[in-house]
Amino acid sequence: MSKAFTPSAAKPGVITANDLREGHNLWMCEDGWTPNPAEATLFEDEAIAELALLKAIGQANLVVGPYLVEAKRGPNGPEPAHFREAFRQTGPSNYFHGIQATKAEAANV
Amino acid sequence: MFDIRPVDTDYVRHRAAQFRSQVARRLDGSLTEDEFKPLRLMNGVYLQLHAYMLRVAIPYGTISPDQMRMLAHLAATYDKGYGHWTTRQNIQFNWPKLVDIPDMLDDLASVGMHAIQTSGNTIRNVTTDAFAGAAKDEVTDPRPYAELLRSWSTDHAEFQWLPRKFKIAISGGSRDRALVAAHDIGLRLVEQDGKTGFEVWVGGGLGRTPMLGQVIRDFLPEEDLLPYIEAIIATYNLSGRRDNKYKARIKITVSERGLDVFKAETEEEFLRRRRDFHGADREALAIFRDRFAAPAFRNAGSDGYQAERQANPAFRSWTDTNLHDHKVDGYASVIVTFKSPGQTPGDASADQMRLLADLAEKYGHNDLRISHDQNVVLPHVHKSDLAALYLALREAGLATANAGLTSDIIACPGMDYCALATARSIPIAQEIADHFRAEGLEEEIGKLNIRISGCINACGHHHLGHIGILGLDRAGVENYQITLGGDGYDIPAIGQRAGAGFPAEEVVPAIDRLMRAYLEVRESASERFLDAYRRLGPAPFKAALYPETAHA
Repeated sequence: MSKAFTPSAAKPGVITANDLREGHNLWMCEDGWTPNPAEATLFEDEAIAELALLKAIGQANLVVGPYLVEAKRGPNGPEPAHFREAFRQTGPSNYFHGIQATKAEAANV
Repeated sequence: MFDIRPVDTDYVRHRAAQFRSQVARRLDGSLTEDEFKPLRLMNGVYLQLHAYMLRVAIPYGTISPDQMRMLAHLAATYDKGYGHWTTRQNIQFNWPKLVDIPDMLDDLASVGMHAIQTSGNTIRNVTTDAFAGAAKDEVTDPRPYAELLRSWSTDHAEFQWLPRKFKIAISGGSRDRALVAAHDIGLRLVEQDGKTGFEVWVGGGLGRTPMLGQVIRDFLPEEDLLPYIEAIIATYNLSGRRDNKYKARIKITVSERGLDVFKAETEEEFLRRRRDFHGADREALAIFRDRFAAPAFRNAGSDGYQAERQANPAFRSWTDTNLHDHKVDGYASVIVTFKSPGQTPGDASADQMRLLADLAEKYGHNDLRISHDQNVVLPHVHKSDLAALYLALREAGLATANAGLTSDIIACPGMDYCALATARSIPIAQEIADHFRAEGLEEEIGKLNIRISGCINACGHHHLGHIGILGLDRAGVENYQITLGGDGYDIPAIGQRAGAGFPAEEVVPAIDRLMRAYLEVRESASERFLDAYRRLGPAPFKAALYPETAHA
């Protein structure tokens, strides 16, 4: 589904994957991969995004299952365009686990 | 060819070591993800929405206290303190790190457990009645046969690359409590002219094309079990479709080719295969029968039990709903529901697992079962111990008196965890349970089976719910379809879609209208929702779900 997505200026996108060793969600950013989706690189050009996706696929020693997915331009960085990606950027709704917990821990430090 | 494997532990240790090496080769780049994926799936490792997931096999839902403690150890050490009972009597851990999974498999191997064939296109966990060996209405204990099937199917070289996954269920009761009609192969133990055998069902399954199975053999003598099952799967292995994943299950093979054609091929194959079985399977069965011999039941009075029931209404209410008739006088099977207020259906904390292990040793003849409705059963408890057991469970929040009631909802993990899901299941289950508790209607509604799946793959078995709920993605918004009239038990039925789906916030009001309509039209308190639906048909219930349409 989302893997066939190609970004444009009207419908930008981000590249996301999971950490190979630990499994948590990651987003492609300027200098590699970040667990913070707001730091993700927002792609607006199909060719540049496709090239970046090839690079992501080439980093199979770091990540698993990279794909391009639609995102919205937000005031603090890219935001999810679909509820599935919103859950991936937050965590499950039945426990305070996943990225929402990591963020809260970071804020308390 | 079947051979008895006397000590499974060596084999599972060997497999754990293999997987450790496979993970190491994936990490050092010797294996690509495409090469590694089928290997990890063979060991129950999925990549889900937020993390890896490890599905551990609990063969036919039977687990010892030591094994339960090991699951608690895994939950506390490698996960976030809990695990999730699945609708196929297994457990899933939602947050393991890939680099920790080899250690988890070693830990499991130390108690004879593993994750082999919990994924992939192989024969999966053989499931059965959670009350096996205890139920009053049982023809005979199905577990020795389930163990025979497990032992035979584990690493069966011919069946490692089937067209699609393959699920077998076996039921020993006069009432089917194993969803026989909804499995690739379903087996019902029956007796005919003093002989034990099986009514064999084939081609059932849920998912995107729900179908009830058909009877391929009215009576299969028990000694022919393995050659016949092998013949069915060998026939399917050759004739099942491999061109289209969505048409690859045996239900499609049987329905496209016709039961008569499939049966003729199976019977022919059976005659060939039977010649290769020289009795090792029957010897194994005798060993397994000993292994599953009934515990030494106590002969004691249960006056205290009756007195406590009179004295304590909460205890009485719990014993009214959460006990199941036992074949031995003075005993009961206890259902510990994992559906307390606010709880995620089927989630168990490490502490709860340890407590259950302790209680099984103290009061339950060391026996525990995971039921397909995501609860835990202590199959053998003497009634004189029930009051003490109840107190211990209550302190751990595990004595909710709701088995078989509205809040005993079956729900898959949905989009809170699952990568395949199209919508969430867990919050819908929690909201429905909370609502009917708050309204105080649960007791009045009585027996009701609600099942929720977060996508058409139907892990929540929504087609078999009296009320089924299917979560979908409609134009980027979670939307829930309701099916009515499903039943996995006595009169197997696939629930029928009631109409257009509901947005998440309208699901509870819709189910509320449905239940109030049922309470209006039922003939008596003993007429369940499903009975009323069968008597009256869908019209009054559709009218309750869609009042605007009904009035238009």
